[in-house]
Amino acid sequence: MLLELTGISKRFGPVEVLSDVDLAIDAGEVCALVGDNGAGKSTLVKCVAGIHDIDGGEIAVDGEVRTITGPRDAAALGIEVVYQDLALCDNLDVVENLFLGREKRRGIVLDDDAMEQLAAETLSSLAVRTIRNLRQPVASLSGGQRQTVAIAKAVLWNSRLVILDEPTAALGVAQTRQVLELIRRLADQGLAVLYISHNLNDVFAVADRIAALYLGRMAAVLDAADTTQSQVVELITSGRSGQLGLTDQNTDLNGARS
Amino acid sequence: MTTAAPQNDVEAAQAAPPGAARAVLDHARSYWAEVRSGEVGALPAVAGIIALCVFFGLSKPVFLSVGNLANLFGQGAAVACIAMGLVFVLILGEIDLSAGFASGVCASVMAVILTDWGLAWPLAIGAALATGVAIGLVLGTLVVKLGIPSFVVTLAAFLAFQGIVLMILGEGSNISINDETVKALAGGNLERWQGWALLVVTVAAYGAIQIQRWRRRIARSLVHEPLAVVLARVGALAALLTATVFLLNLERSANPQIISLTGVPVVVVILGGMFAIWTFVLHRTRFGRHLYAVGGNPEAAVRAGVNVDRVRIAAFVICSGMAAVGGVVAASRAASVDPNTGGSNVLLLSVGAAVIGGASLFGGKGTVRAALLGGAVVAIINNGMGLMGLSAGVRFGVTGAVLLLAAGVDAMSRGRGKLFGRH
Repeated sequence: MLLELTGISKRFGPVEVLSDVDLAIDAGEVCALVGDNGAGKSTLVKCVAGIHDIDGGEIAVDGEVRTITGPRDAAALGIEVVYQDLALCDNLDVVENLFLGREKRRGIVLDDDAMEQLAAETLSSLAVRTIRNLRQPVASLSGGQRQTVAIAKAVLWNSRLVILDEPTAALGVAQTRQVLELIRRLADQGLAVLYISHNLNDVFAVADRIAALYLGRMAAVLDAADTTQSQVVELITSGRSGQLGLTDQNTDLNGARS
Repeated sequence: MTTAAPQNDVEAAQAAPPGAARAVLDHARSYWAEVRSGEVGALPAVAGIIALCVFFGLSKPVFLSVGNLANLFGQGAAVACIAMGLVFVLILGEIDLSAGFASGVCASVMAVILTDWGLAWPLAIGAALATGVAIGLVLGTLVVKLGIPSFVVTLAAFLAFQGIVLMILGEGSNISINDETVKALAGGNLERWQGWALLVVTVAAYGAIQIQRWRRRIARSLVHEPLAVVLARVGALAALLTATVFLLNLERSANPQIISLTGVPVVVVILGGMFAIWTFVLHRTRFGRHLYAVGGNPEAAVRAGVNVDRVRIAAFVICSGMAAVGGVVAASRAASVDPNTGGSNVLLLSVGAAVIGGASLFGGKGTVRAALLGGAVVAIINNGMGLMGLSAGVRFGVTGAVLLLAAGVDAMSRGRGKLFGRH
């Protein structure tokens, strides 16, 4: 397993946001993380990305337990996060954004041509054809194109696990499809993808496995192929669906606690 | 990837001229599209300079005389230097209201060391520049580390520096500058051959850089400009500089028998050097890239691992440092320093120059070229209206109107950008 989370817990003061969460993601698969607002999706992502410390549990990469204390630790392990509010600079062009903070140089001079070439290669390896001019400012791109740039920025650095936080939330139908295809290609190229979304159509279109969080606990991790949308909806809203999900005892406990 | 144009439209292929001409045409078309989408760049300033020259030339022919051309450089140099520094702060979306009086403080330091203490000019100028850097360090640290808005910090400094100038000079007095080297900075001229040599070196360097870049892009099979456009750009620079050097090398003294006045003013070399250095820093170094990033989206810069605090402090240091250069030039031109050096409207003209040239008060946008072009506009307005015998009141009014116009263009180009899907 590329990434293995075991018994992750996180509390903010008295509030237990994550409790005993297990999740494993392998290279080459898209794992969707679903859950209602406040279920702990973003917190879980931030724990993996090194923005929050964990209060309990273990994060293992390639079977080795690691302590991630900051975004740099995460990046060093090949974990990149594409946040919902895309961290792009509108006044810089596509190449400049892709390499921001990790510019290539010859001596003290920026090597813009090398960066442009590498950017073109990366985009074409991802089969991105929607961005024709790499030298246009990001401000002039559409939402889908911007999302594409943000994702390409994450995979440019030999990353192994890409975490996408609601990448299609603000996009139209055609652009959403483009981004979903891109996500699929990332996995096909051997990256692990953790994909957070509210939209179950999108989730079923792209995910190999679906992990449902319910009130800070992992209700179930399922193969997308063996699961129906209504099961996932039940897991999201009540933490269980038929034989799946948290046991009654667990949900009661949870009820008592909150 | 090839330069070859569209495969899809047959009509265009039939109508358009073949080969190189087509490539040039495509280039022109994509430039026009940029302009239409709000990327006006240097266009308004260049158009403004041409229009002003035509207007003043028609109403006062002496405006177009060689002597006046040389004058313009001297008159505009200090403001242009300060404006170049301000661009760095403006790119961050910050402002430095103290840059004018900072230049006064630095000029006073130089004058005291030079005249009162009688020390050598390298020491005096070095101390002035060091003072500028120290001022920038303090201002930047206050803004960045304490989080006080730059408007307030530099407004306070604006007031305080007036006082410091008075204290350094002693109430109401002025210090004259007798050092020939310092006076030559704004008052001296190059020998004729030095002007030509400088021209050859500049054009050769620019041409070499352009051609080398063009060839490198072809080697990496990146999208590149047609060679004709590259050569035209180098040719245009060569033509412009040749005309300038030729004109400035003409005799411009009223009485050549008594005193001969020819050659490129030294201050042109200073401006050109500053322009080259800061353009390089802004566009070819990591610091410059990060400066734009911080001005565009600080959050993104932080996440990308940019040391945002250091970039912001450095911008203030550069701004005050260039104010020091402006102060030295102003003192050299006046051959003295008084409590009003860098005062009155110097700061406002400098901010105006940067904005007229195309720097944005909203941050994220601006070039050193903008400061120079805007500085030229401001200098031409003042010079031309002075020749026309208009009162200082009218001059202030017109300069204010031009600044407002420039800020309007800035705001509108943002609006237009939004229309085209920019945020």
